Amino acid sequence: MSCCGAPSSFDDVNEVSRLVTGKLAAFLATLRDNAFAVGLKEGEDAATLIAAGYAEKPGLLRSAFKHLFSARKADWEKFDGIFDAFWLGRRVKSRSLTMGSTKAANSPSLKSLTNKDADRPGSESVSDQIPSVEDAPEQRSGEGRMEGASRADNLTEVDFRKMAEPEQVEQAHAAAARLAKAMRTRLTRRDLARRRGYRLDLRRTIHANVSHGGVPIKLVKRQRKDKPLRLVVLLDASGSMSMYTGVFVRFIHGVLDEFREAEAFLFHTRLAHVSAAMKEKDPTRALDRLSIMAQGAGGGTKIGECLLTFNRGHAARVIHSRTCVMIVSDGYETGDAMLLGREMATLAKRCRRIVWLNPMMGWDGYAPEAAGIKAALPHVDLYAPANTLKSLTELEPYLAKL
Amino acid sequence: MKDRDQIAERLAAVGYIADGELATAISLMQLLKRPLLLEGAAGVGKTEVAKALASVHATKLIRLQCYEGLDQSAALYEWNYQRQLLAIQAHRGASADDIEDQIFSEKYLLERPLLAAIRRSKPPVLLIDEIDRADDEFEAFLLELLSDFQVSIPELGTISAITIPHVILTSNGTRELSDALRRRCLYHYVDYPDVDREARIIMARINGAGPSLALQIAGMVENIRKEDLRKVPGVAETLDWAAALVGLDIRDLHDRPEIVHETLMCLLKTHEDKARFKPEVTARLLGKVA
Repeated sequence: MSCCGAPSSFDDVNEVSRLVTGKLAAFLATLRDNAFAVGLKEGEDAATLIAAGYAEKPGLLRSAFKHLFSARKADWEKFDGIFDAFWLGRRVKSRSLTMGSTKAANSPSLKSLTNKDADRPGSESVSDQIPSVEDAPEQRSGEGRMEGASRADNLTEVDFRKMAEPEQVEQAHAAAARLAKAMRTRLTRRDLARRRGYRLDLRRTIHANVSHGGVPIKLVKRQRKDKPLRLVVLLDASGSMSMYTGVFVRFIHGVLDEFREAEAFLFHTRLAHVSAAMKEKDPTRALDRLSIMAQGAGGGTKIGECLLTFNRGHAARVIHSRTCVMIVSDGYETGDAMLLGREMATLAKRCRRIVWLNPMMGWDGYAPEAAGIKAALPHVDLYAPANTLKSLTELEPYLAKL
Repeated sequence: MKDRDQIAERLAAVGYIADGELATAISLMQLLKRPLLLEGAAGVGKTEVAKALASVHATKLIRLQCYEGLDQSAALYEWNYQRQLLAIQAHRGASADDIEDQIFSEKYLLERPLLAAIRRSKPPVLLIDEIDRADDEFEAFLLELLSDFQVSIPELGTISAITIPHVILTSNGTRELSDALRRRCLYHYVDYPDVDREARIIMARINGAGPSLALQIAGMVENIRKEDLRKVPGVAETLDWAAALVGLDIRDLHDRPEIVHETLMCLLKTHEDKARFKPEVTARLLGKVA
């Protein structure tokens, strides 16, 4: 609908100045580098704006472009900086430029996140880990899964931190990805079996019975649309968890890929929303993008503060009535344990279930002594170990019941 | 631009105090003929923008409130089956073609908001409220309508828009909207107003609120928003509170601190927030207000 006046005004701009158009194109490229979704239509509209005289004052042009190019709050907030840097030559806050820019993908902090060896060999193993479209139906029929289980058999009970050889780690990662896929198919099937309508829909009943002259023979019931289960994963990426993050990141990648609705967050001293990065098809590239966001990973953990950020900024959007929040952490809180308790209570009110996976729980002689985990436990619905693939598999029946 | 200042002035004349950026957004909306997507916390006045815009243009406001399960028959059009059946009974004996021509005519069509919005001779303001509450499927359907502005009804043919409405969408962020919809729209993030603007909003909306009281109320609300609250009060709550204070005949907040404290129920809407606001807290915040 915005196309009506666009072509003619585009010509106008050409008459006014080719230079401006060139510069505008460069600006659009800059925006795209900064993860703005800017298409051709936006370019045309921008030209229209310049032709309409918005370029007389930089402040006005900035405000106009901001409305045109932003699509979400994050864009809205970083736009001014980018605009000033490009058109007015002011220095931009470095953070807004590196976010989402592909060049930074080789940042060294990647090492702290992914397993050292998963880095290189990972790129060649991609093809056999991600189930291709061809074997997806096979998986559903059950055969594929059986085969998968047997391949991972010898590894299911080995603690992740004791897996030393690259092949073993690779196998564990692949098994985690397969597990995520299997969980999704089964959950969905159970969803369908339970659906039923319960209230009469009068208008539709009449509509459906028009062919009987309006005599209501066939009744139409109002059906409640079942929301699919949504899984929100909060993964602890602090130093104390470093032996486990690799496998869980892989598991989360599988979950995001296969669940229709899933969100992932990473936390250490800050909380980062990583769903977008994890939706990358290729797991190695997903890890690369993740590493940019996880600056500071491997340090202490401020679970309470991160949960506060989550409850304030994200909870309303990502949590609905059929949401299971899965926290993967050892519960070593370096911040305020009281705050953690309070935020867990808030979170518990909002979502259906909280599952806390603690890899340390599988260790011999472990007891939940840390102040953080003690404060959090009263609000947790399921507290389970997650140090082996077997313990991850055992979660599935629980999630299916939700 | 003159255009933009004019819009701000005209909005102010109908009681909506807009900031410069919102005025720009509205002028762009008209220039580029794109819908405007407003996001922001609950109670910052997103819906009010549409109402004000309708009075500025002296046109009708057509509102589509979204909810889960909203579908085409509730949003676009539906045949009036009851009347159609009656008509068939009444014209028994007439030829089938005649009856068909009759019952599939405009008379038997129920217009829902989206169809109504494109069939008016003067472009109305179409407010699609809380689009985040509708399902993904509806969002996709809406996207199609917003780009073509035509509706095809199998029995009647394609109905094209007579005029293109001014479309405003609002979202509270309970669900992530699709990128396609976001790209289609201009975007404006509505934030809580600053003290000065909030005071002007109070004066515009509440009869009997003088400048000094309005500034005090706005200052107090700003301080309350900075506290650690479960539910941050929006502009609507501020207006309620201002109306309460004016109704209780308060001229200066410092005169009657106990009434100020008691009327805070207009602003604090959860048990925890209410419990946290002891009289000392109110007194401390009141101390910061000139």
